[in-house]
Amino acid sequence: MRYVIIGAGVAGYAAIEAIRSVDRVGEIIMISDDPHGYYSRPGLAYYLTGELQDKALYPRTLEDYKKIKFSFHKCRVTRILRSEHALEIEGKPRLTYDKLLIAVGARALPLKVPGSKLEGVVKLDHLTDAKNILKLAKSGKTAVVVGGGITALELTEGLLARGMKVHYLLRGDRYWSNVLDQRESKVVEGRLQAEGVDLHYHTELKEIVGKKNRVSAILLENGQTIKCDMLAYAIGIHPCLELVQNTDLNVDRGILVDEHLQTNDPDIYAAGDVAQVFDPLSGRAVLDSLWNPAREQGQVAGMNMAGRKTAYLKSAPFNVTRLAGLTTTIIGTVGRGRDEDIVGIARGDSETWRDMPDAIAAQSGFDINHMRLMIGEKTLIGAIVMGDQTLSWPLQKMIAGGADISPIREKLMEPEAPVADLIADFWIKWREKVSL
Amino acid sequence: MSFLNIFKSDANRRTALYSGHVVPDSARCVQCGICTYNCPIGIDVRAHVWRDEAVKNSECLTCGECVARCPRGVLRFVQTDLFERRGA
Repeated sequence: MRYVIIGAGVAGYAAIEAIRSVDRVGEIIMISDDPHGYYSRPGLAYYLTGELQDKALYPRTLEDYKKIKFSFHKCRVTRILRSEHALEIEGKPRLTYDKLLIAVGARALPLKVPGSKLEGVVKLDHLTDAKNILKLAKSGKTAVVVGGGITALELTEGLLARGMKVHYLLRGDRYWSNVLDQRESKVVEGRLQAEGVDLHYHTELKEIVGKKNRVSAILLENGQTIKCDMLAYAIGIHPCLELVQNTDLNVDRGILVDEHLQTNDPDIYAAGDVAQVFDPLSGRAVLDSLWNPAREQGQVAGMNMAGRKTAYLKSAPFNVTRLAGLTTTIIGTVGRGRDEDIVGIARGDSETWRDMPDAIAAQSGFDINHMRLMIGEKTLIGAIVMGDQTLSWPLQKMIAGGADISPIREKLMEPEAPVADLIADFWIKWREKVSL
Repeated sequence: MSFLNIFKSDANRRTALYSGHVVPDSARCVQCGICTYNCPIGIDVRAHVWRDEAVKNSECLTCGECVARCPRGVLRFVQTDLFERRGA
């Protein structure tokens, strides 16, 4: 049996471990055109800030790979030949497969303004991009960042840490408005401003101006010009679908797969950012761009590829990130719909955050420790915890477990309610009840 | 019961530091490696997190570097239950 995995992200690697846990002898081949193989893509943010070196981004050593027994091929797959169970590979002979996993991820949506191809226009998809940014930051003085989500903020913080003056452009009146509420956005913005970032609200990039093929300034729709050496953008991502064009695999915004991560071809699976996964609970197929769902999807795909039927059950969306130095946990549904700064789904984003069922927000917080709850009829639907993370684990468990909060619901809704105390007390009782 | 009393006060934070071990919440982890990178004695904390295992390495100094530096709050100290503790 030959298993071929296209893509070297966490979904692909998790699939390899899962396959090997079931099939000790089958041949496993991973193919990717990312020359750096499997590394932590979210970790690039901390590589940019200088908190770690590039070599620390690799979770596994060559010794680990030998133990699992798989081979990595640095090359580009150009075509999937379904009827022949084969792959066309650039500059190499065809490679046949018995089971195929497509885990090629997503990439940054391109900018569509004049000057987008100039040197100094950067994104943060891969380690190669991060290295390029650091190289440019060494000689650069001023950077402009465009985009409204986590990656744009990571770029801002990274460039700031590298000593650049940063201008941050927002199309709307506040940061990440589809997930954060006004107060939370202001907290993040205030911290950025305190670090010296110039925020520009209601601005739209019109053109990137170059000198000798390098970025020298940007021009805004309002006529303003900002001189800069770098333009970093993160306006959303889109699944890499080039490979499945003309294959008759079912595609919507991502590759459509069932709860077994299987496409409409029984020998082809998809997982991670490229997959649009059917969720039996909601009856919808959704895109995710979070690390942990990608890992879980890879695991499930691997088990199924190796013949062990396993279903992927999407858990309550959950992500942790650092916003302007504040650890922030986002659980379940907290969003408010569309964000004008993000064209597609953003990296580190989950579409489920943007659903808005009938829920009421209750707030509690002081200084930089902040918590917001989305309260449904009987349960908590979502929560944001910024700063102190003590309650984020209990909230995560109670939201995922559908805890009936009826006994404290009315109290939570009272003005100036001691929300943290109420939740903490309730958690202790609920935890005993469900034996967590 | 107050929020601060339920969860760790400074005093039992310190107790956890000398008598605890590092426990992960793997769902928060993105394998960035800051924990491993900053471990002064070279324990691969990240690999423990991937396997959802506590760091029960006898060489762990419980210095707290990995817990403090993790940008996503993955790690926390939990007291080792070597002896029964009453009222701890």
